[in-house]
Amino acid sequence: MSRSGNTRGPLMDLGEARPQVPVKARIQAPIVPRGSIAGRALVVVVAIMTYLASLTTGAVLLVYGAASEWQADVASEITVQVRSTAGRDLDRDVAAATALVRATPHIVEARPLSANESAALLEPWLGTSLALDDLPVPRMIVVRIAPGSAPDLATLRQRLADAAPSATVDDHRAWIERMRSMTGATVLAGIGILILVVIATVISVSFAARGAMAANRPIVEVLHFVGAGDRYIAGRFLRHFLRLGLEGGVIGGGAAILTFGLSESIGSWFAGTPVGDQFAALLGTFSLRPSGYLALAVQALVIAAITALASRRTLFATLDDID
Amino acid sequence: MVRFENVGLRYGLGAEVLRDLTFAIPAHSFQFLTGPSGAGKTSLLRLLFLSLRPTRGLINLFGRDVSLLDKDGMARLRKRIGIVLQDFRLLDHMTTYENVALPFRVMGREEASYRREVIDLLRWVGLGERMDALPPILSGGEKQRAAIARAVIARPQLLLADEPTGNVDPTLARRLLRLFIELNRSGTAVVIATHDIAMMDQYDARRLVLHEGRLHIYE
Repeated sequence: MSRSGNTRGPLMDLGEARPQVPVKARIQAPIVPRGSIAGRALVVVVAIMTYLASLTTGAVLLVYGAASEWQADVASEITVQVRSTAGRDLDRDVAAATALVRATPHIVEARPLSANESAALLEPWLGTSLALDDLPVPRMIVVRIAPGSAPDLATLRQRLADAAPSATVDDHRAWIERMRSMTGATVLAGIGILILVVIATVISVSFAARGAMAANRPIVEVLHFVGAGDRYIAGRFLRHFLRLGLEGGVIGGGAAILTFGLSESIGSWFAGTPVGDQFAALLGTFSLRPSGYLALAVQALVIAAITALASRRTLFATLDDID
Repeated sequence: MVRFENVGLRYGLGAEVLRDLTFAIPAHSFQFLTGPSGAGKTSLLRLLFLSLRPTRGLINLFGRDVSLLDKDGMARLRKRIGIVLQDFRLLDHMTTYENVALPFRVMGREEASYRREVIDLLRWVGLGERMDALPPILSGGEKQRAAIARAVIARPQLLLADEPTGNVDPTLARRLLRLFIELNRSGTAVVIATHDIAMMDQYDARRLVLHEGRLHIYE
């Protein structure tokens, strides 16, 4: 038995008594036993948080998508309204305005609504018994703009003022602005909820990590005795927390993806019914795009990473306290 | 290797349990640390193992002033020290084999590289048949031998043992003493805290005697 430099012989010479050592590798127990960490409760907490976060993100994506579609629809259309004024022939004014609009560049279509179509528009408010001839109902011209182009509305207004003085042009700008601010508020509310969910997750994970360290304090002390540094010790715990975070993230994110998938299916079952049509009018087809599902999956992974980071921070702080 | 200069230790606001300790532990040396119960033997061992900081004085370990060490530095020094505590501190969820192999595992070594060494040592300390047993079913003596095996397996430069033969029969106590002497001959400095006069009489070594917090050295 000698000790010189890095040369290491056997600690003791067993001579002829040397036993036959089994050659197969042993399966070693983890240094920190899995059962010693209150994992199930943490997985449930992370799963619930991930589910809530995913629902929030999905809802924001739905609203944002639907609002974008509305905006695109509304922005591709303008309305010219010709009012009835004393001393002017309304039909002639409508025809003149229509001809003028059709001659304007970037206009794809200009279609004056007939008297019956105007009546149909007013029917929900005025009923069917009223004769429209008794009312000074303005006439509408629905104008479609070529996609991606912007007609010169100022010039159009000026020329309309000459051809039909009572005509006004509505490019729905106020409506679009209102829609934009509503969408922005929804996205901000969603981000606020996400921040709250992340904070709650970090606090839950920190408590769990502190509890795990307290329950395994004898193991931490023994690891110190055999020369393990804080990084090594924290690493043993961190593996568990990363796994727990991934489990919770996959369960919560998976449940949210299923929820959206199911809602989409239910929406398609009710398609064509009054309820389904109402939903479709409000939220489109109530379906997330593939990129939306991808966002939910990435979010689940991010929450798992946040779980690992929060536990890491707590583990090092607790190790400092133990020292 | 180890140098104490005017080291004092008190717990909280109590009286000093160790006073004005000035001594050195040379490399390759062998010493018994003895004294009556409550004299501060365990506290002195904990100072040597860096699990306590002195309230005054200077401790120099392996050429490093321990008051200047950060946590990583202390962990690096602890890897060069083996310690056997009275309460064994074995991990109950690990087999005897795994407990003894723990220092190698912490070093990041592959299991195949140390398997034979661990099994040889376990057989040497009489635990060859208990390799796969968990500590809760080991007797007090078996736990003690496992703790000793864990402390010496990585061949530390300094071995600290607190009453290492307290729970074993005289025959095994002699065998364990032989293990410590072998380890010392291979270059490890050994400090054994003990009440066991019979064991001290078996080997002519330096004696550090603690009495009322002060240290008396008999070369």
